[in-house]
Amino acid sequence: MGFYLVQLLTGLSNACALFLVASGLTLIFGVTRIVNFSHGSFYMLGAYIAYTLVEQSSGAFGFWGSLLLAGIAVGIIGLIVELIVLKPIYKSPELYQLVATFGVILVIQDLAQWIWGAEDLFGRRAPGFKGENATVDIAGTLMPTYDLAIIAIALSVLGILWFIFNRTRFGILVRAATLDREMVSALGVNQSLLFSGVFFLGSMLAGIGGAVQLPKGGASLLMDFEILSPIFVVVVIGGMGSIWGVFVASILVSVLQAFGVLFFPQSTLVLMFLVMAVVLIFRPWGLYGKEESSTEHAAGEIKEPLREVGSKMKMVFLTIIALLIISPIFLEGYNLNTIIDVLVFCLFAASLHYILGTGGLVSFGHAAFYGGGAYAAALLVTYANTPMELAIFFAPFLAGFVALIIGWFCVRLTGVYFAMLTLAFAQVLWSIVFQWSAVTKGDDGLTDVYPQIITSGSILHYYVVLILAVGGIILLRAMAHTPFGYSLRGGRDSSLRSEAIGMDVKLIQMSSFVFAGAMAGLAGSLFVFTKGSVFPDEMTIARSFDALLMVFLGGVQSLTGPISGAAAFTLLHEWLVQITEYWRGCLGILIICIVILLPNGLAGIGELFRNIFTKTPKEEAAK
Amino acid sequence: MSFLNVKDLSKNFGGIKAVQGVSFSLEKGELLALIGPNGAGKSTCFNMLFGQLKPDAGSVVLDGENITGLKPRKIWRKGVGRTFQITATYGSMTVIENVQMALISHHHQGFSFTKRATKMYREKAMEMLELVGMAEQAERGTATIAYGDLKSLELAIALAHEPKLLLMDEPAAGMAPTERQALMALTKRIVEEKGVSVLFTEHDMDVVFEHADRILVLNRGQLLANGTVDEIRSNPQVQEVYLGGGTTFANE
Repeated sequence: MGFYLVQLLTGLSNACALFLVASGLTLIFGVTRIVNFSHGSFYMLGAYIAYTLVEQSSGAFGFWGSLLLAGIAVGIIGLIVELIVLKPIYKSPELYQLVATFGVILVIQDLAQWIWGAEDLFGRRAPGFKGENATVDIAGTLMPTYDLAIIAIALSVLGILWFIFNRTRFGILVRAATLDREMVSALGVNQSLLFSGVFFLGSMLAGIGGAVQLPKGGASLLMDFEILSPIFVVVVIGGMGSIWGVFVASILVSVLQAFGVLFFPQSTLVLMFLVMAVVLIFRPWGLYGKEESSTEHAAGEIKEPLREVGSKMKMVFLTIIALLIISPIFLEGYNLNTIIDVLVFCLFAASLHYILGTGGLVSFGHAAFYGGGAYAAALLVTYANTPMELAIFFAPFLAGFVALIIGWFCVRLTGVYFAMLTLAFAQVLWSIVFQWSAVTKGDDGLTDVYPQIITSGSILHYYVVLILAVGGIILLRAMAHTPFGYSLRGGRDSSLRSEAIGMDVKLIQMSSFVFAGAMAGLAGSLFVFTKGSVFPDEMTIARSFDALLMVFLGGVQSLTGPISGAAAFTLLHEWLVQITEYWRGCLGILIICIVILLPNGLAGIGELFRNIFTKTPKEEAAK
Repeated sequence: MSFLNVKDLSKNFGGIKAVQGVSFSLEKGELLALIGPNGAGKSTCFNMLFGQLKPDAGSVVLDGENITGLKPRKIWRKGVGRTFQITATYGSMTVIENVQMALISHHHQGFSFTKRATKMYREKAMEMLELVGMAEQAERGTATIAYGDLKSLELAIALAHEPKLLLMDEPAAGMAPTERQALMALTKRIVEEKGVSVLFTEHDMDVVFEHADRILVLNRGQLLANGTVDEIRSNPQVQEVYLGGGTTFANE
């Protein structure tokens, strides 16, 4: 009996810790409609800053004061980020905001490493919760007292939040803005100030969440991404923007996990996502979420019709392909492998662009299909001794099948909800791969996946990748011009019109999602046979972001965008890694600058080219 | 049996009875106007006829077939074209491609991936654009054309699959007065040439009285009057609603 009670209390304690962080995220989203990916970084900063403060302090007052101070410090950092990075882009499409907050993650990651070093730090125990006071006997089972303290802290925070939202002018404005921010600003409320206030409060909650975690888990550089999936899951389950929803969802998920670990110790991560899937089947907008039909374009509105590629542009393409064909003559080894990497990423980015640019659906979990294809190929080779040709052939189908399941849940939603859900499902897949080590070898990855016939690095392998990647990209481009691609564009431009001319928009989006997933799977399988191994990393949020960055860099508007974006990103990455240890931070700053200064990505430059090379109607008429 | 039979159509939003027991019929080749003050339930009626809203009660029978509660895309396949109060077109396509999409869908080619979309059904699409006087703008980007032209384009899209019934929600809203008359004259011509039946809502009474064959008047969710232009013009109740006899809200 005591055992189960302790298990329940542990679950509640985890729920409370999760709630502290997630409430800030949902609060910020509710008011500003920005999905702040750097929220995890604020959580991490909370732990680090608390560590430094606790080391300087003494006594119970000093300890608890440090945690609070850390929260306030993080709140101020959040405020600075809001003022510098987000304020200029509140009106931009969601994709740009998401990319910018991802840039913040990279900067904070390197900043933390620079200040606190790469080693994990262990926080001091809380005074009064040490030694014989560290645990308490509950009906024969020992329970860490600090876990009980976390419950108390979270409940007090919930109480304070309740007070703010029900009894203060600020809180009532926040609630009003969550319901209708346009109306609130029309009533003469200083929206800018309100947004800043919310950002401060939300970031502070993340900071406190991180600080409170310090005596239990310490501080490490992995905290930012580790917390992302659980907080997004509870925010999605609770209904984005609902504080109460987040609280209920945190309890639901954590308590189920606390008991789930007793029965399925291998699948605790998956369990969390299963809960989410079940909730979303019945309530696509979360427990306390309201249905929201977004008429805004998450990836930005596209106004240019597709034109046939002009003859000059064709020449440019043919020249590039010709150069790629002859490059093994004068390049070898490392340089050839770099080209292979670029090609694989070009295909990966182009497949994301198909669903994101042509379809207007901002997928945040595209790595699920890239990694899915990679694992599919690797598993076939490892367990079925499949030859490479067959494995590459099957990988897109398996990735497409995964996309079918994920797509079924996701295409029912639009805009940022779609983005969140794709992200969450990608994390499901990642957690399966990560935890099911009997089959996937977990974190050790599947190695020795070298093709039997062709050895990696050989010129033959280069040509296999070249043909399949370029072929895949051409297929994606061609598809955009067919009725299938046009129907997808139509659904993006006006789903109202599509339904009014007899089209099943969701079915089209769904099939396009599967097609894009399959192509990403092809890219993944090519990756495997180039590296000879695959690790769960290929499915992480970071990998999905890589693809998004490539598409963003190239510009969402044009079909050539993802190709130039992928090339630019890969080469930039290689170059930064060579010149500095803090390449992540540099990349982050660069991304933020591009989002703010060049809102069309590198397409600002690309547009110039297109105007020169594209056949305009005039030109056509002149013929 | 008339071509379109609407019987006891009702819809509530919470406690608000947006449409209550509206019944009417529409003959083949008839141009029927649905008018009423703001909030009378015109758009709700329209959205129920085209399947965007499910009616709480009542039935819609088109050409002897019950289409109540079907999805918009199914109703469209039964031969119903639709234009919207605020235009819904594909901004990232050319003008002619907008019409081609309707034709592609009509021929069940929406999932085809063997041909280029812009090369399909071009002649037929051009025919439609000529019909509404948009042929010269065929290759322009839809995001760049004037609002009045968008309205004409919507008409071309709606006519592409040769519908038996056209539902036009404020077809002339946002157009200049001369444009309005021209668009409605065009619509009337098409009705006569192709034998299409049209149900439209409109706020401009000049347009309504000049072009409609028959008029339905809605007020506060209920059908107030149903008759010819002259009958409606001389109906005291209608005058009261429109000119404000002071009794509209008398019982509140």
